[in-house]
Amino acid sequence: MSGPVLALDGVTVEIRGRAILRDVSFRLEEGERAVLIGPNGAGKSTLLRVIAGTLHPTAGRVELGGTPMAHLERAEVARRLAVVPQQTALPFSMRVEEVVALGRLPHEASLRGARPADRAAVSAAIDRVGLGHLLGRDARELSLGERQLVLLALAVAQASPIMLLDEPTVHLDLRHQVEAMELMRDLNERDGTSMIAVLHDLGLAAHFFPRILVIDHGRLIADGTPREVLTDERIRDVFGVEPALVRLAVHGQG
Amino acid sequence: MTTTPVPVRHPAALTARVHGLGRVGWLLAAGVVVLLVVLVGAIVLGTSGLAPGTAIAVIAKRLLGVDLGTSWSAISEAIVMELRLPRVLTAMVVGAGLAVAGATFQGLLRNPLADPYVLGTASGAAFGAALAVILPVHGLLFEFGLLHGLAFAGALLSVTVVYNLSRISSLSPLTSLLLTGYAVSSLLAAGLAMAMYLSGTALRQIFAYLMGGFDGSTWMRLAVAAPLIVGGSILIMLRARALNGFLLGEEAAAHLGVDVRRERAILLALASLVTAAGVAVAGLIGFVGLVVPHLVRLLVGPNARLVLPISALYGASLLAVADVIARLLGGLPVGVVTAIIGAPFFLALLRRTRTGYEL
Repeated sequence: MSGPVLALDGVTVEIRGRAILRDVSFRLEEGERAVLIGPNGAGKSTLLRVIAGTLHPTAGRVELGGTPMAHLERAEVARRLAVVPQQTALPFSMRVEEVVALGRLPHEASLRGARPADRAAVSAAIDRVGLGHLLGRDARELSLGERQLVLLALAVAQASPIMLLDEPTVHLDLRHQVEAMELMRDLNERDGTSMIAVLHDLGLAAHFFPRILVIDHGRLIADGTPREVLTDERIRDVFGVEPALVRLAVHGQG
Repeated sequence: MTTTPVPVRHPAALTARVHGLGRVGWLLAAGVVVLLVVLVGAIVLGTSGLAPGTAIAVIAKRLLGVDLGTSWSAISEAIVMELRLPRVLTAMVVGAGLAVAGATFQGLLRNPLADPYVLGTASGAAFGAALAVILPVHGLLFEFGLLHGLAFAGALLSVTVVYNLSRISSLSPLTSLLLTGYAVSSLLAAGLAMAMYLSGTALRQIFAYLMGGFDGSTWMRLAVAAPLIVGGSILIMLRARALNGFLLGEEAAAHLGVDVRRERAILLALASLVTAAGVAVAGLIGFVGLVVPHLVRLLVGPNARLVLPISALYGASLLAVADVIARLLGGLPVGVVTAIIGAPFFLALLRRTRTGYEL
């Protein structure tokens, strides 16, 4: 299969007359890993929702593997694309492995339920994210960071060729941030999972992602390697901080 | 994906799974035994003494065609076949339906306190049923059709209103759902009172809807309601996959491949149908839909594939037992019995839910 796994063309989103996204276009090739950065309120989350297919753009089109998103059934979208949200509701007591097992839902036949292959995928995902020590625990009693890792494991179990992550490290301590980043790199390089992540930490973004997309005021204003994108001028203009604060991490990237 | 996942054996996961499966099998088997014991017990217990052997022999002969070689009087047979059996079966079918509807509402709204009674769905159905009683329609088919049709319309309308109002509120989902459910139920209670005021001779029948009970159970009524309740419950169970998707919220459900708008509409409609048919034959019976799914979830986790059928099984037994208690206490409305069991349970749940609920 050739061609981009994901293509956005002139995507505009207006909510109550206010433009949240304006004319955003980009492509993600198979096996690519990109990070989406931008200040708060720039439209990153809205863009993720458009890519996930839960928000329909006011104008423009989104294609998954060459097929318009609007022509795909929800279950088919889920088999092609997994989403790791920041947090989610847990109204009922659920064990960690039960939450992760929900990742197999798009693969289940409506009547049969989970098959041995599904259980193996759940087990492998739990192992890969390193949650073996949390098995049997009620997911509601975990820390925010642990819950974030459970949601990551759910998406790994979903085994879709594209993964979207919304600030997947926001609740994690430093060691787990790095581990989660390394896991994402491993999923991308070893399994070929194409990936788009929203991150706030420019250092992590520059270090772990070969491609950076910058969103500001609803527009895609830069798209390239960390060196091309994270210039002193842009860091000052877009993020309003002194470049020295992030330069060190950026220059660590070859 | 290029790599095949290597199945890793987690001792804890495996024992949990084996343990879980064993527990589910045990719960199902125990549920069937309890149901059969309750069936016979509920037929035997009552003011006119019947021996369990006689009841079993009558049922075996009349329903299964098996002659157990015992003899009985015509009165015993009439008590079993015309009074007790339709009553007990109606209680069981309604109990199963309320438990399934409760589990569905809770899963769909991600709210352990949602049940047909709390949400106002049952009140909507009762109001619809009361309107059907007042309207001057004659002919058996029309009466049943109108009764179930208006009960369904009332249930669907009230659940739609409660659901949409609670979503646009700025309060927390839990608070707004309970408050809108309360407000809509109060409005419907006023409507019911108005219907009673206008009803004249039908007053007693509307009053029966308010109280809830199985005094008027007949084979005919059961034959109309049972297909709606059982059929609706089975259709809900066939959508367990979608209901599981809602466990982490609507956005997550969409990410997991659930067509949220469509499945939500279908599941709300089916749960309303099951509730309405139950209210149309038995009136307002609270808390069965709250207590049973909650206890089942504690035992087997929130997977709808397990929660729905096991809740149906135990809901059937619970309501049949509640009806026996109501009868033995001198013909109390069964809704009073379930409220005495259920209301403290609801309050305890409300206390505990405050800490665990988020979003």
